[in-house]
Amino acid sequence: MSEQPRKLAIICSKGSLDMAYPGLVLANAARMMGIEASIFFTFWGMDIIAKKTVDHLKVTPVGNPAMHMPQLVGGLPGVTDLATTMMKRELERLDMPPVREFLEMLHDAGCGIYACRMAAEMMHLEKEDLVEEVDDIIGAMEFLEMAEGAQLLFI
Amino acid sequence: MSAVTELNVQLDAEGFMTDPNQWTPEIAAVLARDEGIEELTERHWQVINFVREEYFKTGQSPTLRTISKKSGVDTKELYQLFPKGPAKKVARIAGLSKPKGCI
Repeated sequence: MSEQPRKLAIICSKGSLDMAYPGLVLANAARMMGIEASIFFTFWGMDIIAKKTVDHLKVTPVGNPAMHMPQLVGGLPGVTDLATTMMKRELERLDMPPVREFLEMLHDAGCGIYACRMAAEMMHLEKEDLVEEVDDIIGAMEFLEMAEGAQLLFI
Repeated sequence: MSAVTELNVQLDAEGFMTDPNQWTPEIAAVLARDEGIEELTERHWQVINFVREEYFKTGQSPTLRTISKKSGVDTKELYQLFPKGPAKKVARIAGLSKPKGCI
């Protein structure tokens, strides 16, 4: 058992800024300590790797229980942008790179970056619509094959 | 492990030095070999020297991201120079404690 190298496979299914970072940080931490890592982006997680959206991810206060504000306030104009700006400022303070740069770093660190074929088809996204760091567009079965023996995280 | 135990320096349970002031380049070479790095090249030294300078300047081991941004050795090369877990290997060879940063 212990002879098997440790592996981590992460499925990122959500595309808001606050749901993008946990997967990216964990995958990077794994690579930093020599654990094999790969991320499978599916459904709204596609926004994290699509060229059009990667630089515009937002923190959405409505329906987000972590915001500690009345739902009505979260829906007011400008509140989403305010929450996004505040979070970006905090991330920068912690030296967390912006998402696009984070993907570059993960790719350079040898983390596998995959897009879900079904989600890509659903959203009419081709390989050229995705950031360069995406290794491939693959099906769920292929990803699970790749993740054999890995610890799996769904975010 | 024998070469490491013969070093006569204090190590914690995971093999990290407990006192960075005891460190010498010779110790680094022995620790590197223990980490599977046969020979420390000029590029390795660029990273090790940077990490030690930062440590004595700030009192903390720099994160891997800081190293890649400021040492002149980028992420890709860091993973090539210190394969299978650069964060821990760099710190251990440089005589510092196990890194705690998340990035």
